[in-house]
This record gives sequence, C-alpha cells and structure tokens, in this order.
Amino acid sequence: MIAMDYRGPYRVRLSEKPMPRILHPEDAIVRVTRSCICGSDLHLYHGMVPDTRVGTTFGHEFCGIVEQVGPEVQNLKVGDHVLVPFNIACGKCHFCQQGLFGNCHESNAQATAVGGIFGYSHTAGGYDGGQAEYVRVPYADVGPTVIPDWMDPDDAVLLTDVVPTGYQAAEMAGIQKGDTVVIFGAGPVGIMAARCAWLFGAGRVIVFDMYDYRLEFVRNYAPAEVYNFEEIDDVVVFMKKTTDGLGADVAIDAVGGDARGNFLHWLFGTKLKLEAGSAIPLHWAINSVKKGGIVSIVGVYGPTGNVVPIGNVVNKGITIRANQASVKRLLPRLIEHVRVGHINPKALITHKVPLQDVADAYHIFAGKLDGCIKPVLVPHGG
Amino acid sequence: MSLPTKTRSPRLVDPSTIVGWGVDADPRNDPTYPIRDQSKDHGLTSAWDRPQVQHAQVEILQSIEHIRQPAVVGTSVPPSGLSGMMRRLAFRWSESNWMHWLMLMGADRVNVVEGLVGDLANGRIPNIPGEMGGGAELAFNKRGLIKKTALVSSVAGLAFVAWRRRQKN
Repeated sequence: MIAMDYRGPYRVRLSEKPMPRILHPEDAIVRVTRSCICGSDLHLYHGMVPDTRVGTTFGHEFCGIVEQVGPEVQNLKVGDHVLVPFNIACGKCHFCQQGLFGNCHESNAQATAVGGIFGYSHTAGGYDGGQAEYVRVPYADVGPTVIPDWMDPDDAVLLTDVVPTGYQAAEMAGIQKGDTVVIFGAGPVGIMAARCAWLFGAGRVIVFDMYDYRLEFVRNYAPAEVYNFEEIDDVVVFMKKTTDGLGADVAIDAVGGDARGNFLHWLFGTKLKLEAGSAIPLHWAINSVKKGGIVSIVGVYGPTGNVVPIGNVVNKGITIRANQASVKRLLPRLIEHVRVGHINPKALITHKVPLQDVADAYHIFAGKLDGCIKPVLVPHGG
Repeated sequence: MSLPTKTRSPRLVDPSTIVGWGVDADPRNDPTYPIRDQSKDHGLTSAWDRPQVQHAQVEILQSIEHIRQPAVVGTSVPPSGLSGMMRRLAFRWSESNWMHWLMLMGADRVNVVEGLVGDLANGRIPNIPGEMGGGAELAFNKRGLIKKTALVSSVAGLAFVAWRRRQKN
C-alpha cells in the first residue's frame, strides 16, 4: 500500500509500505477514505516532537471502511464506514472508565503522560497513522463509530479531532451565560472553539490571529470579533481596555507550540527547541484573563517545559484546565449538533488533495498558502 | 433575549442571532471538568479488567514510569542503528528528566541522516525539493521561492568564493 512517509523536519513523501496486519484480537484494519492534516501534525512536521522516527506515517484524523476485524471485535463488521477518534483508548482502564479517553493507560508504552494517538510519534505510542491507504486500528470496539447514513464523510472526518477538540476547549473553559471569551488562534480548532463558545452561552467571542484570511473566515463562521495581533501594540492591554479593565472571563489557547507573536518565544521554542514550543498564546491567555478566570488549553506543546508567567496564575487565582479531547465521550452530543445544524464541520475544508500529493499538502498548510484552513487527503478509491 | 453586559465595549455580535446559542450552557460547569466518577474508580492498577496483552514481535521501548507493558503497543519503526542506540539510552531516564527528551531529539536528528544514507544505499536519490513541497511553493508562493532561491544561491556563491580564495592562498 502507499502511505505518507516522514523523512525529517519539513520533508515528507509517499512510499510503498507493508499492509498493516491484525496484531491484537481487538484490532481492525480500516481502508482510509478521508484523512486530514491537523495543525498538530505541523509540530511533527517541524521536528518539534521528540521520538518522531524517520519512516513514520502521520495522520490521526481519518475515517474509512472496515476491511478486517480481529476475533474479539463485537461492535464492528467488515464494510462499516467508521470515523476513528484520534485517541487510542482501551475503554477499561482507570482513566477510560471515567470518560478520559484521551488519557488511556493501556495504549502507550513509551510515555505515561499521554495516551496512544495514531501517527503522532513514538512519544504517543508509535502507531502508524491514517495518511495512508490502510491503517491498523487497535481497540476497534471502543473508539471507531459507524458514520450515520445521513452524515457526509467530510463532516465525519472532522469529528475525529477538530470538532471535539474545539468543543472541549469551550467545555473546559466553564463558560457561563454572558461570559467574554478570548481565543488565541484562528486555525481549525480555534475556529471551532469560537463556534462552540456560543453553544455554551458566551456573551462575547473575541479571536486573535496574524492571518487576515483566517480571521475573516472565523468572523463569518463562528461569528466572532476578530483582531490581527500584529496590528496591536500589546494584546493584553488591548484585552484589558476592551473589557472595562478586568480581562476576559475565559481565555482559550488554541495554537500550541508553533505560535508566532513574540521573537524570543519563537527563537527559543520553535527554532532552538530550548522550550517545548513557543508559549506566547499561553502567556497572553494568562495575562489577559480576569482574576479568578479560567484558561483552557488545547494547543499542543512538547513534553519538556515552557516559559510562562506561573506567578501571575497564582496571584490572579486563575484556574487552568487542559487535556487532549476525549473524543468518544463527546461524539454523541457532537453528532447531534451536526444533525440539527448547530455545527457545520465541512465548511472548514478548503483543500481536498490526493494522497499522492501529500508533500505539497503539508507545505500549503504549514505555509498558510492559497487560503488554506483545513486540507483533507483522499487516497485512491476514497 | 437580554444578557448581562459584562464589558463596557459594545458587543459586535448579537448572541440572540446565533443558532444554538446557550443550548449546552450548564451552570454546574463551574468548575467541573473532569467530573470524576468515583464509582468507577478501580483504585489499584492490578484491579483493572485488562484487555488481552499484545505480544510485540519488534523491540518496544518502554517508559520506566510504567509498572507493566500497556496492553497494546505501536510497532511502526522499531529502534535501529545509532539513533536506536541513543533512544535505548534515553529510556533509562524518566519522562520527568530532560536528558530523556534531549537524547530523543538528538536521536531524531541522527535518524534523518540515517534516512538519507539508507536511501542512497538503496540506490534512491531523494527528491528533497519535492519532499519539501517545492511544487506547492512554485504554484502558490513564487515570490517566496525566488527569495529563498536567491538567499541559498548567495550563501552558496559566497562559500564558493571563500573556498577558491583559500585554495589560491
């Protein structure tokens, strides 16, 4: 089969790889029909995540047809069209039992701090991902969900990560009716967090980014107030002034380690790798939220450390909530939101690219070229 | 619908026009996540109802913070070569130790060189411009491509001139 093949920072190609096999009785083999490139794939692409081995296939947002199931799989059958959450979760461990499917303890040998994730380095378990024709899916009875007949696969593939992550960003933020919510990042997750903030009753939604085309998109899609931080002297002062000197009730970091906006964070975090990515959105979030406010983090950082004003977290009495999205827990509610029209996931897709052109797709997405918001890879026969 | 006005600035978006506004509002969500369901707390790890354990046919490096192998493991790209030796060394330290991560980052860089050598050893000359999305750069960012090409050419030219001067001296 053909699959995306990581060759080093900024270098990917298509290669012939062996067909995946059933390695555990609860495995399934899925023929991929859609596979997105996620903003967090760019952290891998830029060489920021430790233990990203040459030859790995990325891709944790995918859906596809079940081709083969292991002897203990009960809930799926060959031919089912399923969306596959990015978390690999056993459904039985201490954490899965409490709905923390993003924190499974039975799916990642290489680290205890994160559960297994498809195609997301050996630090997240060493599983090949879905930017391929076929993929091995462990714990097939737990994560994969049959796509309802009425649902467009383009909507379904975004329910594997983007929509749940944006939704959980708003959920973790504990938004109360009328709250002012500021979101850093107008990528797909930031856009979805802005949209979902309204579902939780936000009174005002403000989004910062540096790309005008993305700000224009979220202005119309969420909708939201939008500002280009490159045109503002000081983001935190701006936020204080626009909130009567108090700060936002809630701040959401929807960027993570690839952030721009501060030279030193960019240099030490993104380029020299002395921080686990640039933490400037987190810095802004902590300083622009009000005293007693909540900072919700869904942006992805590396496992080492970042320079953030933790003293201000203490002095302001801020609550920080963060996690990988618990996709399986959220799916029933999100499928309903799509059905009734509260969320339109596929509107985010700007580029559908054949899997063969994976290198160009990564470059377009990473470079913010051609108005790209969300690229989807489509293998042959998808 | 009348909302409390928490800020002095006028809202630019009227929430009453938003389809689905407030449908998931929950006053109990303050603060709530994660809502711990203690009735499902197993307590000891040994008390879990574990899935069957996968017996991997390839080398799996394991965090020393685990007390046992997780039930399923990823088997893509087992450690090999010099980078593999570095990765094995890295797993002597815990996830809390910087040496663990620095060693892995170092191994990743060595692995890139191993990948290039492996390509050449197999008679394959990697199409590096293509792997870096050169086609997309040409299609959508010609100005950037010209700038990068000029920069690389200038640096290469200067290096060549310096080398020639050194040869003459």
